[in-house]
Amino acid sequence: MEIGYYPGCALHGSSNDYEMSVRACLSTLGVHLRELDDWICCGATAAHSLNRKLAVALPARNLGLAERDGMDELLAPCPMCSAQLMKARCVLAEDQAFRSEISEIVELKVRGTTRVCNLIQIFQRVGYESIQKIAVQRLEGFRPACYYGCLLTRPPGVVQFDDCEHPSSMETLLKGLGAGPVEWNYKTECCGAGMTMSNESTVLELGHRILSNAAAHGANCMVVACPMCHVNLDMKQSAINQRYSAAHDMVVYYLSDLVGLALGISPDALGIPRHFVVRK
Amino acid sequence: MPRIGVFTCWCGENIARNVDVQSVSEQAAQLPGVRCSQTCKYMCSDPGQKLIRDTIAAEQLDGVVIASCSPHMHLKTFRKAAAQAGLNPYLIEMANIREHCSWVHPDKARATAKAVDLIRMAAAKVRHNRALEPIKVPVTRKALVVGGGVAGIQAALDLADAGIPVALVEREPSIGGKMAGLSETFPTLDCSQCILTPRMVEVAQHPNITLYTCSEVEQVEGYVGNFQVTIRKRARYIDIDKCTGCGQCWNVCPSKKTPSEFDYGMGNRTAIYVPFPQAVPARPVIDRDACLRLTKGRCGLCAKKCQAGAIRFEDQDELVREDVGAVIVATGYQLYEIGRRGEQDRLSGYGEYGYGQYPDVISSLQFERLLSASGPTGGELRRPSDGTIPKTVVFISCVGSRDNAKGMSYCSKICCMVNAKHTMLYKHKVHDGQAHVFYMDIRAGGKNYDEFVRRAIEQDGAHYHRGRVSKITQEDGRLIVRGVDTLAGEPLTIVADLVVLASAMRPAAGVEELAQKVNVGYDEFGFLCESHPKLRPVETNAAGVFVCGACHGPKDIPESVAQASAAAGKVLLMFSRDQLHREPEIAHIQESHCAGCFACRRGCPYHAIDAAEIRDRQGLLVRRVARVNPGLCMGCGTCVALCPSKSADLEGFSEQQVYAMVECLR
Amino acid sequence: MTHNLDLNSVEELAHTRVHDCYQCGKCSAGCPVVERMDILPNQLLRLLQLGRLEKAMAAGAIWECVSCMTCTTRCPKSVDCAGILDALRQLSIEHDVASPAQRRTILFQQTFLDNIRRNGRLAELDLVRKFKTQGFLDDLSVPQLFKDALLGPQMLRRGKLHLRSRRVKDRKLVGRIFARCMADNGRGNGHGGIQGELEA
Repeated sequence: MEIGYYPGCALHGSSNDYEMSVRACLSTLGVHLRELDDWICCGATAAHSLNRKLAVALPARNLGLAERDGMDELLAPCPMCSAQLMKARCVLAEDQAFRSEISEIVELKVRGTTRVCNLIQIFQRVGYESIQKIAVQRLEGFRPACYYGCLLTRPPGVVQFDDCEHPSSMETLLKGLGAGPVEWNYKTECCGAGMTMSNESTVLELGHRILSNAAAHGANCMVVACPMCHVNLDMKQSAINQRYSAAHDMVVYYLSDLVGLALGISPDALGIPRHFVVRK
Repeated sequence: MPRIGVFTCWCGENIARNVDVQSVSEQAAQLPGVRCSQTCKYMCSDPGQKLIRDTIAAEQLDGVVIASCSPHMHLKTFRKAAAQAGLNPYLIEMANIREHCSWVHPDKARATAKAVDLIRMAAAKVRHNRALEPIKVPVTRKALVVGGGVAGIQAALDLADAGIPVALVEREPSIGGKMAGLSETFPTLDCSQCILTPRMVEVAQHPNITLYTCSEVEQVEGYVGNFQVTIRKRARYIDIDKCTGCGQCWNVCPSKKTPSEFDYGMGNRTAIYVPFPQAVPARPVIDRDACLRLTKGRCGLCAKKCQAGAIRFEDQDELVREDVGAVIVATGYQLYEIGRRGEQDRLSGYGEYGYGQYPDVISSLQFERLLSASGPTGGELRRPSDGTIPKTVVFISCVGSRDNAKGMSYCSKICCMVNAKHTMLYKHKVHDGQAHVFYMDIRAGGKNYDEFVRRAIEQDGAHYHRGRVSKITQEDGRLIVRGVDTLAGEPLTIVADLVVLASAMRPAAGVEELAQKVNVGYDEFGFLCESHPKLRPVETNAAGVFVCGACHGPKDIPESVAQASAAAGKVLLMFSRDQLHREPEIAHIQESHCAGCFACRRGCPYHAIDAAEIRDRQGLLVRRVARVNPGLCMGCGTCVALCPSKSADLEGFSEQQVYAMVECLR
Repeated sequence: MTHNLDLNSVEELAHTRVHDCYQCGKCSAGCPVVERMDILPNQLLRLLQLGRLEKAMAAGAIWECVSCMTCTTRCPKSVDCAGILDALRQLSIEHDVASPAQRRTILFQQTFLDNIRRNGRLAELDLVRKFKTQGFLDDLSVPQLFKDALLGPQMLRRGKLHLRSRRVKDRKLVGRIFARCMADNGRGNGHGGIQGELEA
């Protein structure tokens, strides 16, 4: 299976561990990633906060590139990117005048035909059962709190993925691989996303709540499918501990890390040692 | 030469504000065939009618045009006036210069010109009017009541007491409806069972009432005064005449794990069961999906134990026919499905409230069962998860109601009162408990209703918070309710032991199919449509079919009962005459022209067209033609439009008349 | 290009109608950062309904919002509350009425966009450097300047920092996209773009 791939800035930057993990995992599953040529940033929170048109134009340029290169489907493992791409696609679909204006702005014809999907959807495409069949190692002992954050399931009308209040797709996948995901309450609460630098105290507070709830429900690790969630819960964990005099020691995995481990990929190849909190 | 009189109404300011009535009247006088033209401030008033009567007599009019409001409003009034003056009432035409003109056109000059045109058309039409006589149809003095909740019971008893035989059809094994499951009722806090069960027993014992339980309406044929109804009696597997209701059978039944419908799943029942102790009829029923004998062919303990020999495993569904003259639909409501989105239909959402996931998040009807002495906890307020007494209870209004995004836009009307009642009953049972209510507005319009809500707040100490709840989660067996108090301008988190969701009222399942069987319209939510929201509130557009109770819209008990009595009254009125009079403005088919293609029959929405056989003197079939059943035809004109040979036409609205109306505008 | 400051500009930008809101407060109830807000989300909507746009734009709350979409997702009237906050942010910058207390958040967003405008993709080190310097020049806060200073070496050690980021081929194109979008402050559907540029 070949699929278009939009890494986004984070995966090519400080979240390169996520990219390692995604690539290693998907290649073992026989999914070939074809990176979108000359992609640009989706604009993230800054664009939709400061300029509505820019928030559509930047992702639209990428959608146009994907169409030009004949990609039916584009994987964006970062939910911020995928949500921005999907949102742009929705806006373009409903407004033809806007579509032609945006096409002029981005100097590329954009129709919005390329579908955008997140990492979990790729796993679903491969099939949970097929993954189970290829898996060589049971994820015994892992009791992850699967954390979806905001943009994987919200807004439901745009992303159309899972149940926006009680998502369960990660749990189903990991349960099938032998892990014992816990039921907890902060699956879809926000971690502060891109506020990491600009409004650190918010991020620390939200992260503290999330980590505490995961631990209270018996999780011994967390699973995310978002680079920002990982930064805020993993990289910021020591800052959280400092601020709240807490003793969180929660390993935060990317979903592809755990799937990769089950597939027998080494932690190094998955970039796991690059995390800040590591299992001792 | 026709002698037409034109009567133009000012309707106070309503017409005169935007239409120059005097000028209209003067121009009308010049129209061909018009003998005289008059105006009156209120044509529908006594002086107005007298003017019409006197003029008809004095001028020997043979046609009358009344330019006023919609015929829906006053056609009957004016026809009556004409009849009193000796003129055939079907020689009256109305030109609607209010709804179709003065109310919608701000430009007075153009509105005036349009009013003249409307009168011109009416005058052209009235020239071709024929004197008609009302159609007389016989009437079967028996009524069908569909639904045995409080509304259906009230309607059935009112009719039966007036000497009318009634067939009461109830889908469930017992009558009583939702009210039978309530604990106490607002605003008097009288016990629901105590006031309802005597009425239920009365129904069972009434010589004029035939009660069909476990039954549904399969088919309705015929027309006003003459309906033929087929009722499907689902197999009960019990001979209710032999059965004594002793209870031996359900005591021995080994299949005990079916969630009780009557307790909304908070308790279990056996496969052979009576829904609740006061059920009417007080006879058990076998759940064919739960019974081991019926599903797996083994067991049969109940039959062995039954001394009366009343168990009939071989029972089959049965079709029964009832001939009735009128139908009252009282099918009631169900609650909005609160569970996760996508599980049922589009009207289920509220994953954020965790209903179905957290056992201590329940619906208001479930809470009624927890309060009820006959409920699963015997009237002790214990929460479902662990049986402890909840010390903090949160009640949430508008779950599904007034929620365009995943529910209904309408207000369910009863929830504000239900919540107030619940906080009181809770406080009366748990003195040291605290009730919280999240509401958006308090709608307590009704006799002693607002006082009741104030009592809940002032005397029983319920905390009312204006705001919606966003999310409920469960931590350590308690529910974390995240809401807001918009009056304080603060988010508010309450740690509760029990959460009660006042979910919206929806019409009962299957009401749309029933509505189609009786030709009654329904709105986008499935509530049945009344004929006129103010003046014909229990009538429907299908003659002889009436509605009452919550199938027509969200309603509380007093309102349902009042409406049920109103519907019964309307039926009695209908039955007070030997024959029914129907308007004669219906279709007729010129059989000499009819080619027998039956396009009309296929297109007729009222199934009012039959095939008639034309035979010669020897009795040999010459041909088959279409014939209108005057009892069923509603005069919609579909057949006229469909007929390729122009054999169909409408009395009082003939094609000739329509052409005349169009022609006169040239 | 200036625009009249009225409700229409908010509704046009957010593609939603503020008068649909019936003030149930569900947005405020579910907001993860509501405790940090000086004006609750439902109160912001109320201010807009009353035409008090200035007060809403100056609220610190609009910069506390983390754009998690919870309010929009759960709104019973399908008002895009998060979209309204986006619109308020954009307008408050345009009209220079943003809450001074939120300067760092705004600075970050602007630095972020500027970074993309120049590079096409985010150059993280550059972003951090600019944001820290600008931030320091702004408030002279030494602790803020050195906050997270220890993370740098740790990230470098983990191979998470790239001293040179991969850039897009045609960086000028990104600049042009920005210029076109900024030309009419991101407004209008189908009436700006190249044509607007030519007219200007």
